[in-house]
Amino acid sequence: MIYHDLIAIKEKELAARKKIVLRCCLAAGCMSSDAKGVKEQLAKAVAEAGLQDQVEVRGVGCMKLCCEGPLVAADPQNALYVKVTAANAPSIVAALNGGQANAAQTNPDAAFFKKQFSIVLANSGVVDPERIEGYIAADGYQALHEVLHEMTPKDVVEAMVKSGLRGRGGAGFPTGLKWGTVAKSPSAKKYVICNADEGDPGAFMDRSVLESDPHSVLEGMAIAAYAVGADQGFIYCRAEYPLAIARLNLAIKQAKTLGLLGAGIFESPFNFNIDIRIGAGAFVCGEETALMASVEGKRGTPRPRPPFPAESGLFGCPTLLNNVETFANVPAIYRKGAEWFAGIGTEKSKGTKVFALAGKIKNTGLIEVPMGTPLRTIVEEMGGGAPDGGTIKAVQTGGPSGGCIPSQHLDTPVDYESLGKLGSIMGSGGMIVMDQTTNMVEIARFFMEFCMDESCGKCIPCRAGTVQMHHILDKIANRQATARDLAKLEELCDMVRNTSLCGLGQTAPNPTMSTLRFFRNEYEALLQPDPFGPHSNGAAKQPELATK
Amino acid sequence: MATVWLGGCAGCHMSFLDLDEFLIELADAVDLVYSPVVDVKDYPENVDLCLIEGAVCNEDNLEILHKIRARTKVLVSFGDCAVTGNVPAMRNQLGIDNAENVLQRAYIENAQNNPAVPKADGIVPQLLENVRPVHEMVYVEYFLPGCPPPAARIKSLVAQLLAGAVPKQEGEQLKFG
Amino acid sequence: MAAKTLTIDGKQISAEENETVLQAATEAGIKIPTLCHLEGVYDVGACRLCIVEIAGTPKLLPACTTKVAEGMEVKTDSERLRKYRRMILELLFAERNHVCAVCVSNGHCELQALAYSLGMEHVRYDYTFPKWSVDTTHRLFGMDHNRCVLCTRCVRVCWHIEGAGTKNVSGRGAKSKIITDLNQSWGTSDSCTECGKCVMACPTGALFQKGSTVGEMERDRDKLEFIVTAREKKQWIAD
Repeated sequence: MIYHDLIAIKEKELAARKKIVLRCCLAAGCMSSDAKGVKEQLAKAVAEAGLQDQVEVRGVGCMKLCCEGPLVAADPQNALYVKVTAANAPSIVAALNGGQANAAQTNPDAAFFKKQFSIVLANSGVVDPERIEGYIAADGYQALHEVLHEMTPKDVVEAMVKSGLRGRGGAGFPTGLKWGTVAKSPSAKKYVICNADEGDPGAFMDRSVLESDPHSVLEGMAIAAYAVGADQGFIYCRAEYPLAIARLNLAIKQAKTLGLLGAGIFESPFNFNIDIRIGAGAFVCGEETALMASVEGKRGTPRPRPPFPAESGLFGCPTLLNNVETFANVPAIYRKGAEWFAGIGTEKSKGTKVFALAGKIKNTGLIEVPMGTPLRTIVEEMGGGAPDGGTIKAVQTGGPSGGCIPSQHLDTPVDYESLGKLGSIMGSGGMIVMDQTTNMVEIARFFMEFCMDESCGKCIPCRAGTVQMHHILDKIANRQATARDLAKLEELCDMVRNTSLCGLGQTAPNPTMSTLRFFRNEYEALLQPDPFGPHSNGAAKQPELATK
Repeated sequence: MATVWLGGCAGCHMSFLDLDEFLIELADAVDLVYSPVVDVKDYPENVDLCLIEGAVCNEDNLEILHKIRARTKVLVSFGDCAVTGNVPAMRNQLGIDNAENVLQRAYIENAQNNPAVPKADGIVPQLLENVRPVHEMVYVEYFLPGCPPPAARIKSLVAQLLAGAVPKQEGEQLKFG
Repeated sequence: MAAKTLTIDGKQISAEENETVLQAATEAGIKIPTLCHLEGVYDVGACRLCIVEIAGTPKLLPACTTKVAEGMEVKTDSERLRKYRRMILELLFAERNHVCAVCVSNGHCELQALAYSLGMEHVRYDYTFPKWSVDTTHRLFGMDHNRCVLCTRCVRVCWHIEGAGTKNVSGRGAKSKIITDLNQSWGTSDSCTECGKCVMACPTGALFQKGSTVGEMERDRDKLEFIVTAREKKQWIAD
């Protein structure tokens, strides 16, 4: 495979394009509502109408408005059908000939779609994730070619630094800095790992990217591997994502067949292979050191850092670990330029961020917006606000490691620093909207229970501390706690956060601390009087004893 | 001053009696107004200091403990059963029916004559679902661990309290068991 | 090997490169409380009792896995560290059934000694009183999960000194459990060599020699260090 071959594939694919394309979502959300049956019926109706030469029925990835699935889009008619069934799918084909479609439509120019800015999701819902030709037709693998033939690894790292991309897994570590560190670590063997162990409740961004556009992740990993000097990559994906794993396997096979992975990529001396490792779904395996232990075949528990993976990671070798969304950003950065990417977003947070919008909100689904977009734009304009005339009370970001942002802060721009100031984190992109009926103590208890169940048990503060914090939250929610219990809870939050071994424990108190910060009255309303508390109403100092 | 005996083996009170000649000093300094070794039926009002031996095992324990807290300035959890639940609390591990199970074991399975669980409302108090250390039920000012706490440890704490100091205990004075 | 100069609790000391803060402090006569640390096996930084403050680092770091660095300023004792350490111990005591009064290790227990030396006079958290079993199926040894603190010292000596790999951890969170082979009773283990190193390593009364009663279980940990020193440095030094 040389550049000419790549362009030939692209041109052949574009030349074969039919006039009309019916895009049918085949991502996990729509698949669960029989999208496959819809696609079959569409294809059958096209064949029966004798339109095979004019109409292509294409299975595509996520079309974002997940709550209205299965979705079917017609190009160039600019029609978007929602909640399509196998029964009414043929009428969509009939509508192409001037007939009447009896499937409901939604406005593809509504704020939910128009306010999006797609980099990571540019191919999602457009290309067929099961055909590499579709990705190549969308300029796929051109960045890899350019990087291998026009840039030194050092140039690649420098461009990444210039782009300002920060890790999309949650903590926001500068990606270029990480790549540079691994590149500089002297070792004959290095690894690149893609963290696809998305585990936050309510988060499905990475799953959608893998199901909708797996090649962008593979290309991103290959570019990263060239930059840091690695020849082996692993994608660590949780077993709960079978469709993503199937599409990744297919994509790897296709890329190998075309010589886009394997030995001597694009006839350069660069070799790179990718293997998939399937995790059993332990939340802690999203933590990088636990993830690497799991890839090595060991019990998935974290270990203290330093040494950081960049120095000593998988099998003791320097290892670059980024998450799915980070890698998916990479090809576009090299195709369109670091300056282009750095021009999007805010001063310290560049590019876009994908969020999985869920909870008490009208439009549930995937959105990608430039960094710095106010929360209000996301939840009110794009998300359509709370359903059934409710009012939004808070927005939760960062899952079990994040916090609740109350409605008075909805004008906060979404970037790493602003969310951090409010005691939350950007996180991997889960965004759960809560309305006025949500009990914040229950929310804190839910996330604490999650962390308690997912604690690996290695370090004591997290293993035993989450149990005690959950117990106190339970007592508070059941109206059995006193002010003394609440004080104990706060003390434990502080201690677990400061002494736990890994990120899971260090951030486990966040949902509790953030709800305590903004909704303390809800906790206090549940507290009980303390008739058996300290003598003379809480006097901490020793009462005077009478002497004879 | 008072001492009280909840769910425990009385070993802590034995250790208290081991105070030897300090008992005489103590008698000069305090009035012992309620204790297993004093014939007083009701826990009086306005007690300055109460040493509580034993865990909270039954309704009777809980009732008097509430009364003690309301009527006492300073409570001391006296010995491991009061501080940790210790041996009496081992029945908690048996799960939700633990009280029923221990009664069965003690009064039916191991009975040589007349197997029957004693039951007399108003006379034999009902066991609580779980045995708890004293401070989980009421606020406790000071703790005196040990099974039993050696007399020297008791003396040190009581003497400091009588001197009006915030008692300080360190190192092996705090040893459980 | 290059030497590093650092300050621990205001005391200037020099340490070998690659030494941990814990090793450097121990050599300088500064005692840092530990529980999962055991001389002779590698450290895992799990119990968090040896956390120290290092100037310029916002995070508290475990002394047992943190390497010394030139100019490092370490504080091993502060109001905050004492408070956290005490809380960690309280959490441990509330987690399982540690009944010192009737324990084989009473008087020789590292957990018990840590509790009194760090001033833990009671546990402020509600005891959980979980139901754990006691495995007495082995001919010589017993395992009482009620007393286990999951320090994994037994697992590490079994894998890395004896090389038998009999002991391991199953489950996660508070349900984590030290298991034998494929989670079977100890007496049915094929891999156990009956060397007793796990019993020697145990800081509490969880692993014991059968027949020992309250307070009788004493351990000779120097033996472990002796074996490792003999193997790795070819030095047969016994005290």
